[in-house]
Amino acid sequence: MADENKMHLKVIAPERIFFEGDVDMIEFRTTEGFRGVYPGHVAETCIVAPGEFKIHINGEEKVAALHSGFLEIQPGEVSVLAEVIEWPEEIDIQRAERAKQRAERQIARYGSSMNLMRAELALQRSLLRLRMSNKDDK
Amino acid sequence: MASMTDLKKRRESIQSTGQITKAMKLVSTVKLQKARQRAENSKPYFDFMYQTMASILTESEGIMHPYIDGNGADKKAVIAITSNRGLAGGYNANVVRMIQNSEELPKEHTVIYPIGRKGKELLTRRGYAQATDFSDVINAPMYADAYIITEMLLREYDAGNIGEIYLAYTRFVNTVVQEPRLIKLLPLTAEDHIGKGKKYESPMNYEMDEQEAISLLVPKYISSLLYGAFNEAVASENGARMQAMDNATSNAEEMIEDLALEYNRARQGSITQELTEIIAGANAIS
Repeated sequence: MADENKMHLKVIAPERIFFEGDVDMIEFRTTEGFRGVYPGHVAETCIVAPGEFKIHINGEEKVAALHSGFLEIQPGEVSVLAEVIEWPEEIDIQRAERAKQRAERQIARYGSSMNLMRAELALQRSLLRLRMSNKDDK
Repeated sequence: MASMTDLKKRRESIQSTGQITKAMKLVSTVKLQKARQRAENSKPYFDFMYQTMASILTESEGIMHPYIDGNGADKKAVIAITSNRGLAGGYNANVVRMIQNSEELPKEHTVIYPIGRKGKELLTRRGYAQATDFSDVINAPMYADAYIITEMLLREYDAGNIGEIYLAYTRFVNTVVQEPRLIKLLPLTAEDHIGKGKKYESPMNYEMDEQEAISLLVPKYISSLLYGAFNEAVASENGARMQAMDNATSNAEEMIEDLALEYNRARQGSITQELTEIIAGANAIS
């Protein structure tokens, strides 16, 4: 690679190539917690938990909402297979707001089980969407 | 010989049928191009997914997991992708015939998850058991649909209600060739994957253990397979319809030519007859 301090990042979504380019650092959330990866990281595969996906390029920071997928890290290259990923401007705030209310109501109704898990996931997703689109407004 | 007015009517009706089939051909050509584009866009994701899955299975050879070893249930689920509209030549019948002829799918142990009304009708008539219908999906397939269907099937699999999951769809080879295909989604067959993964420069580590990795990755893997199959099936459907409509149009043109000949003969015949009558009438007067 031309620059030792950069790594190649490729974010692939089912419908399109979401992002491709050389970056300084990325941050994301996995099932085990918050993670950051610099160039030269040891080879690793991890599963994504819903959260912000931050890309640092030349001092700038790009943020996307990454809902599910997995990452494959190699020393000079990171590939993200993102099932659901969006830029903040692609988020439909009203839809996220409705989804949040729906999820909250379902959590209140079902005390346990599968339904609760699904509603909680839905709530997490909608909260993430809302949080990110608000940040964008400021 | 048919009368002139009859021939004229028939010719007109065939002409308008020909116009419709021609228009349908043009519509499916456009739809085919769109579907092909979408299938190509989804390819990088699928290829990557497949390779990752292959590497994990290669590295974790001998691992015990219900997604690899099976769960012992004898019911077999088949996701049958066909179309919601007819007039696509043998497109739907081919998928149905393939399911019927396959030895792995005896009727009494098979339950169909239909995607596409035409295939659903044909399979019901042949006495196959049906589960949840997802026919609307094929009108405009989205990744989320593939995900929902996968989730539902895996729940049935985890509960031990079904022991094997198959996918029946039509592979898009090129505009004129589409072939029906039956693939086994679960349990995963190791031979299909082992040795086909990527070669890593350094050994791959997993944040979680292999057991968990398989549980988490398999649903994503199957969703991506399904999504790819949706896109290919839509392309195949439109390819098949385009061909069928092309044939129909050229048949109509041929019939119109024949009818035009017959019409002209009838017209000539009636003129000759009128002339003979006039001459005979004139002869009688004089």
